[in-house]
Amino acid sequence: MTQPIRLKTPLSGADVELLKVGDRILINGIIYTGRDAAHQRLFDLLKEGRDLPMDIKGQIIYYVGPTPAKPGQVFGSAGPTTSYRMDAYAPLLIERGLKGMIGKGMRSDAVKEAMRKHKAVYFAATGGAGALLAKRIKKAEIVAYEDLGPEAIRRLEVEDLPVIVVNDVRGNDLYIEGERRYRKG
Amino acid sequence: MREINVKLITEKVRDLCIKANTDLGEDVLQAFDRAMEKEESPLGLEILKELKENARIAREENVPICQDTGFAVVFVELGQEVHLVGGSLNGAIEEGVRQGYRDGYLRKSICHPFSRLNTGDNTPAIIHTEVIPGDKIKITVAPKGGGSENMSRVVMLTPSDGVEGIKKFVVQRVKESGSNPCPPTIVGVGIGGTFEQAALLAKRSLLRPLGNKNPDPELDQLESEILTEINKLGIGPQGLGGRTTSLAVHILMMPCHIASFPLAVNIQCHAQRHKEVVI
Ligand code: SF4
Repeated sequence: MTQPIRLKTPLSGADVELLKVGDRILINGIIYTGRDAAHQRLFDLLKEGRDLPMDIKGQIIYYVGPTPAKPGQVFGSAGPTTSYRMDAYAPLLIERGLKGMIGKGMRSDAVKEAMRKHKAVYFAATGGAGALLAKRIKKAEIVAYEDLGPEAIRRLEVEDLPVIVVNDVRGNDLYIEGERRYRKG
Repeated sequence: MREINVKLITEKVRDLCIKANTDLGEDVLQAFDRAMEKEESPLGLEILKELKENARIAREENVPICQDTGFAVVFVELGQEVHLVGGSLNGAIEEGVRQGYRDGYLRKSICHPFSRLNTGDNTPAIIHTEVIPGDKIKITVAPKGGGSENMSRVVMLTPSDGVEGIKKFVVQRVKESGSNPCPPTIVGVGIGGTFEQAALLAKRSLLRPLGNKNPDPELDQLESEILTEINKLGIGPQGLGGRTTSLAVHILMMPCHIASFPLAVNIQCHAQRHKEVVI
């Protein structure tokens, strides 16, 4: 297995273009959290032509709903949640400059098309590896929607957060290709 | 009659909720090791290594294995010689869940089906009680995550579908589930009984430690045949391709009505959490 690639956020179109499906990536820098309810709000703001609570240009959103942090812990267990629930909102965010999403599970054709067109990628983090992923989060602060509790948007500073490129800008999909490669009979 | 104060049950359930969510069983870790020997995909191998490392961190630091700390499913085997005092059995279990999810910093994931308003304390619990001979109580807490539970199904096959019908349905279910239940999975299968009993059998089958054979040789054979077919699918760890789609298939079976052939498939993710205590 080749060594993982270190990637620093924010990402440019050129950074993203270099990534291909199956690449193991260690993300460093700032990323944002967001899941169902937060996405609905971001989407509504954009639809109304209003500003978002954070600049998403070049950024990565991590689909996660962590456990509450224990005293002394930066962040609770933080594995990815299933991404398809964000499919309705993702294309618009990508169009507005979002460069990456971290989650688990397959994306819709509309999301894949948006990634291809506007140069963005989708990463999978290991579902269920919540304890391991939490350790790579060095700082966390709420930037919006505190009322959503675990679903509030947080700004995370991560160090070597391990993910895998599942959809690249060329329209490849590792969920489809991986299964095809190892299928027997 | 042996008297037991339900306070003790609350205490035990609290501890079991925390322990189940932070301490992955040795049987699961050994199943990861066996899978790593067979995994052909380099990426799949890395993922299996990550899962082992994750379990180690969770155990050492006493933090949840997965952020989805699940619905608290509680199995109770209540000895009929036991006299419970100090409150109700279910009330004591609910209180144990409440305390466990609070004190263990576990995520509260239970909500109203329509409004989606969180109940705030991870109750109600799902409690399955069986009265058995003896003067002891056995309590098993098995937190169940949403991702894998959502991929589960009950189907009423027709008797003519036979064993082939079972194989086909189970393999197809795993195939369609793809990456959603966080493979590698454990596939719980319930055959026979009624509609609801089949589902319960499937869920109960998941309590058997991994690596333990089914005591019924016919079912043991069927389990390994289905597992072989599943692991030919190529879904692999996390659905990114590979040999290890499932770690095991577990079957429980009972007689059914002459007109029916119920089948339930309960998919369990690699975060195969359950802990038990005997009082
Ligand atoms: S399916 Fe299991 S491992 Fe995956 S997120 Fe849900 S509980 Fe965690």
